[in-house]
Formats: sequence, structure tokens, C-alpha cells
Amino acid sequence: MWAFIHKLGSPKWFYGISARLSPWFWAAAVVLILVGSAWGLAFAPADYQQGNSFRIIYVHVPAAFLAQSIFVSMAVAGFIFMVWKIKIADMAAAMMAPLGAAMTFVALFSGAVWGVPTWGTWWMWDARLTSMLILLFLYFGVIALRGAFTSRDSASRAASVLAMVGVINIPIIKYSVDWWYTLHQPATFSVTSRPAMPLEMWAPLLIMVLGFYCFFIAVTLMRTRSEILRREASKRWVRELAEEVS
Amino acid sequence: MAFDSLSAFLAMGGHGVYVWAAWGVTGLLLVGVVIHARAERRALLRDLRRRARRAQYHGASGAAAPPISHQEGRARES
Repeated sequence: MWAFIHKLGSPKWFYGISARLSPWFWAAAVVLILVGSAWGLAFAPADYQQGNSFRIIYVHVPAAFLAQSIFVSMAVAGFIFMVWKIKIADMAAAMMAPLGAAMTFVALFSGAVWGVPTWGTWWMWDARLTSMLILLFLYFGVIALRGAFTSRDSASRAASVLAMVGVINIPIIKYSVDWWYTLHQPATFSVTSRPAMPLEMWAPLLIMVLGFYCFFIAVTLMRTRSEILRREASKRWVRELAEEVS
Repeated sequence: MAFDSLSAFLAMGGHGVYVWAAWGVTGLLLVGVVIHARAERRALLRDLRRRARRAQYHGASGAAAPPISHQEGRARES
């Protein structure tokens, strides 16, 4: 077990294994997102109340899922880095933050656009909306904090701590719709009950969610490999690799 | 198929502006993320090769070259 973790923590080993895994995640992401988009946009039936504006759900929900999952992943990576000093975890966390911020923005933007025809307003200081906005600022905080130090180790530790502290916002986002039920509707999916939508509506949503997760994994693997090239630039295997893949 | 024609599909029953704005921004961001990740990887590989050539020219092992800063672009000239 420990040997495996040490191997996983080795940048060289990680570089190799992620290079082999990432094409599969790219392929899965492209196929799932294309199928989910076509199904969700053109084939799923219109909602009996919202008409076709409900099709925004197929980008809104996957983006919101990712926005939160990426922050949790970042906090877990930060914890691994702080406790076991595994550099790969910190590299991955650094590469996740901008994608998380982008996904939070997509969730907020698509939600605002959806709100206009559905709620009659693009914004309200509803608990879910506000806690998502805080999540966006937490992402900005993590990114800015990492850039604010000249020493890489200080930057990594500060960003890890902020991610670990900021993760408290995630359960607040999750339960905000139950604790303060003001505007945003409760969760669409739950583990314990069947979705309140017909299959032809939730199947494309599930496909999109899976596609977005594959996209996140593929991008993170690719960018973490780039980060290895950046940080381990003086290592012999990195220099040899740069010559090979020209 | 939930629509009779292409124009009905684009109109989204009067909600076209909202649906396409949300989908458009999402799509642009996803594509932008991929383009950025690719450009980043290319630039880093190019940088590594340039450093290797410089090290060869100076007859050094190259190991003494300064690491690429985590603050991209800023401390590059060192």
C-alpha cells in the first residue's frame, strides 16, 4: 500500500500513467458531452411548465456539480500535500483551481440566464445563489493566494490551507436549498429516491454530468503533466522527454 | 425529436435567447479550457527544448539551469 502511494507520488511515474489514461477520459468526455447535448437540446421533451428554457439544466447542473466537486478535490489534495508532502497532490490542486472557477462561473451564469424567464429575475440573494457566489470568490482567493508568494512552498501551503478551510462552504451550498428554501429549487438528483423527471429528461442530464466529470479528469491530468514539466524542468528525465515528444 | 423544424429548434419556443446564451457560454469556456491546456503544454515543451539547447551550447550539463518560476512569465528573465 505505502509502496503504491509512493509510486503514485513520484512525478515520473504519474507522468507516464496519466499519459496512458488521459486519451480514454478525453474520448469519453467528447462522446458523452456530444450525445448528452444532442439528446438534451433536441430530443428531450419540453417541460410542461417551463417550455424549452428547462434545457439550460443540461449545462447548469453538470457545471454546478463540477464546481463543488473540484473544490472538494482541491481540499483533499491540499490535505494530502500538507500531511504527506506529496508534491503531485499540490500540482494537481494548483491546476484544478481555474477550472473550478470557470465551472462556478458557468453555473452562476447559466442559472442567472435561466432565472429570467423562470423566476422573473436573474439574481436574488437566495442562499444557494449567494453560497455559490462565495464559492467563486473562494476560487479566486485560492488562485490569488498561490500567486502572492515568491516561495513555491509557502504558496502551496497557503493555498492548501485556504482550500481546506473553504471546503466548509460545500455542505452549506448543498443544504442551502433545504435550510433556507427561498428561491432555488431542491436537488434534482438524490441517491435515495428516483428522479422526479421522466427518463428521457434525466438520462441526458446524467450523461452530461458524467461527460463533465471525464472532462475535468482529462484536463486535470493534462495540466498536471504540464505542471510537472514546469516544476521538474531540471530533472534529467524531463529534459529527455522534451526532446522525444518534439 | 422535440422540434418540427430547424427554425423551431433555434427559437426554442421563444426561449432561444436564454437557452443559447447559457449553452454558448458553457461551450466557449469548455473549448477555451482545452485550447489553453494545449497551448500551455506546447509552450512548456518548447521552453524545455530551448533550455536544453542553451545548456549544450554552454557546454554545461543543463542541471544548473534555473527552474521555471511558478509565477509564470513574471520571474522568467532571471
